[in-house]
Amino acid sequence: MSQDTTVAVEVHDLEKCFGSFVAVNRVNFQIARGEIFGFLGPNGAGKSTTIRMLCGILTPTSGSGKVAGFDIVREQRQIRQNIGYMSQKFSLYDDLTVEENIDFYSGLYRIPNSERAARKEEIIKTAGIEEFRTRLTKDISGGWKQRLALGCAIIHRPTIIFLDEPTSGVDPITRGNSWATIKEMAAHGVTVFVTTHYMDEAENCNRLALIYKGTRIAIGTPMEMKTVIMKDQVMEIQVPDSEIWSERVRAVSGVKQTALFGTAIHAVVESAEKTGPAIEALFKGAGVAGYTVRKILPSLEDVFVSLIEEYDHEHIKAA
Amino acid sequence: MNLVRIRALAKKEFLQILRDPRSLILSLAIPVLLLVLFGYALTLDVDNVPMVIWDQDNSQTAKHFILDFHNSRYFKIIGYYDTYQDLVWKIDTGEAMIAMVLPKDFSRYLGSGQPAPAQFLIDGSDSNTATIARGYISSVIANYNQHFFAHAVAGVTIVNPQPVSFKPRPWFNPNFESMIFIVPGLIVVIIMTIAALLTSLTVAREWERGTMEQLVATPVRPNELVVGKFLPYFCIGLFDLILSVIMAKFVFSVPVQGSVALLFALSSLFLCGALMMGILISIISRNQLLASQFAILATFMPTVLLSGFRYPIWNMPAAVQAVTYLVPARYFIVIVRGIYLKGVGIRDLWQQALFLALFAAAMIFLAIRKFKKKVA
Ligand SMILES: Nc1ncnc2c1ncn2[C@@H]1O[C@H](COP(=O)(O)OP(=O)(O)OP(=O)(O)O)[C@@H](O)[C@H]1O
Ligand SMILES: [Mg+2]
Repeated sequence: MSQDTTVAVEVHDLEKCFGSFVAVNRVNFQIARGEIFGFLGPNGAGKSTTIRMLCGILTPTSGSGKVAGFDIVREQRQIRQNIGYMSQKFSLYDDLTVEENIDFYSGLYRIPNSERAARKEEIIKTAGIEEFRTRLTKDISGGWKQRLALGCAIIHRPTIIFLDEPTSGVDPITRGNSWATIKEMAAHGVTVFVTTHYMDEAENCNRLALIYKGTRIAIGTPMEMKTVIMKDQVMEIQVPDSEIWSERVRAVSGVKQTALFGTAIHAVVESAEKTGPAIEALFKGAGVAGYTVRKILPSLEDVFVSLIEEYDHEHIKAA
Repeated sequence: MNLVRIRALAKKEFLQILRDPRSLILSLAIPVLLLVLFGYALTLDVDNVPMVIWDQDNSQTAKHFILDFHNSRYFKIIGYYDTYQDLVWKIDTGEAMIAMVLPKDFSRYLGSGQPAPAQFLIDGSDSNTATIARGYISSVIANYNQHFFAHAVAGVTIVNPQPVSFKPRPWFNPNFESMIFIVPGLIVVIIMTIAALLTSLTVAREWERGTMEQLVATPVRPNELVVGKFLPYFCIGLFDLILSVIMAKFVFSVPVQGSVALLFALSSLFLCGALMMGILISIISRNQLLASQFAILATFMPTVLLSGFRYPIWNMPAAVQAVTYLVPARYFIVIVRGIYLKGVGIRDLWQQALFLALFAAAMIFLAIRKFKKKVA
């Protein structure tokens, strides 16, 4: 399997402990070449720690893995030559200009002199930062910095790129620009490993893994997440005064949870067939007119919230 | 090691130094400030040093001797006394800086060809002026001795090459430092401090700002990073050295007696060690404030106190003397003073040079090894 050139990244029982604290708990996954792989999880889940082990910055406590065919423990140098990495914290030099930052990374990756100028122009153009090229990086706004950082991370045309929250805290235009770049790279066969907090961005990924408290609790395509992986079902309820009704719907037996989405109520239920009529009965009994109750495909957010609650529930029981 | 990567790192570091007013000021102001502060007294005019005299001999010969001081523009005889009490009182009140005592048999000694003692009490509290005054005393005496021989009757064998011997006994500052001694020592202090202080910030800053995280994910090797960071600071160190040598010569009239090339070659060796020590401190501490404080503690203090710069090592307790062997500046100060004052060459300095080379090698080794550890 490790000889398989279609596999870009694979890890087996990857574990990282800081003292007695287990930050990453025996995680397994495989990423195919050209795939956009989303790594999702709440704060402190272990996303950055995993990325840092894959990029050869941290050595795992146990387990094994390969990135671009190289061992993550023994061949960190070869890995660094072949990957791009954009860390979570902005990590370019504030006191260098935009161009100087790009020049610095072309030097580090030993871009041939004949290609340097062209690559620089490409990055500046892709990021849309032509007007800032001679400005100090500290004087440009967060969104532009992030685009520049992305450009610098891919200056050497890596075959795999690791992006740790590339779009956190930036405006929608920059997010759109970054995702356009990511998709463009993937279309050219580059494998993208990306962490994010934004569920709408997660929809852009070919496959997703959900990590929580260091443990990988789900993996699959976005569609698999919403259908096979999520065991519960979601009902969308349209009713006047939905804020008031949300509480009462939750009290119906078979309803696990409710949440407001705009004016609609989303109710997580074990079975739509059984609980749907019970909810309708609630409205009928109260004499409410103009309500609709229907089963819908859950959003990724629904899926993750439900999976995390399930995990916590099981572990509290176990404890 | 890859030169392309080292060049990229060095260029980046250089740009950062240029844009950081703090390091620019440090690298330019420290040498000038230290030299001017310490050298201020050196430029004082020492004409007309006030002098009191007790002539116990009262002979023609003694009067002749005193006349030489009288005629010198460097001294001003402000009075004759005949007790030590009076002389000391004049010095204590600051009215006089020098007291000369010619003993009863001054002329008899001189006539019989034995060394004639002359006692000088010099107020050493302002050591710089005292040193210069002492120099003037020696030259007046040397002058007198020369004339003495010139007038000696032919046929008399000269048994004593120094008719008047000069043995100063400074009362208040027994070390009697000379500025000619201080300026080369200052160069050592400047290089050590600048080197370690500037570089101590450089790696720590990368950890603090998160740029190190990105760097270690690139193919950069630890030794490339260390060398890339070292080069720009090495240039600054050399620049400071040139600045100090020029100031020493033109502002303080302390020229290099020996080979300037040797001075720069051995200074480069010392600079290597000092810079690498700063980088090592920076790697260990990961925090700019901690690193700079540690750098001052580990460099400036020992260099000023334990290198022999201000306090002679032979004068220290044995335990402290043992510690000074660990202070690299101790060896470098011998080199700089040797080249500056005595014009000695590598044949006399190779031992010190060897210690500096060992120091530099140890620092390079430790810096690279520590950095590899920190990253892993
Ligand atoms: N060097 C370290 N030493 C000790 N604990 C660490 C270290 N690095 C990370 N941790 C801990 O490991 C856990 C996982 O951290 P990690 O940065 O991987 O989370 P994350 O999923 O990236 O979170 P976020 O969304 O906030 O970035 C956290 O509880 C963190 O405090
Ligand atoms: Mg993180």
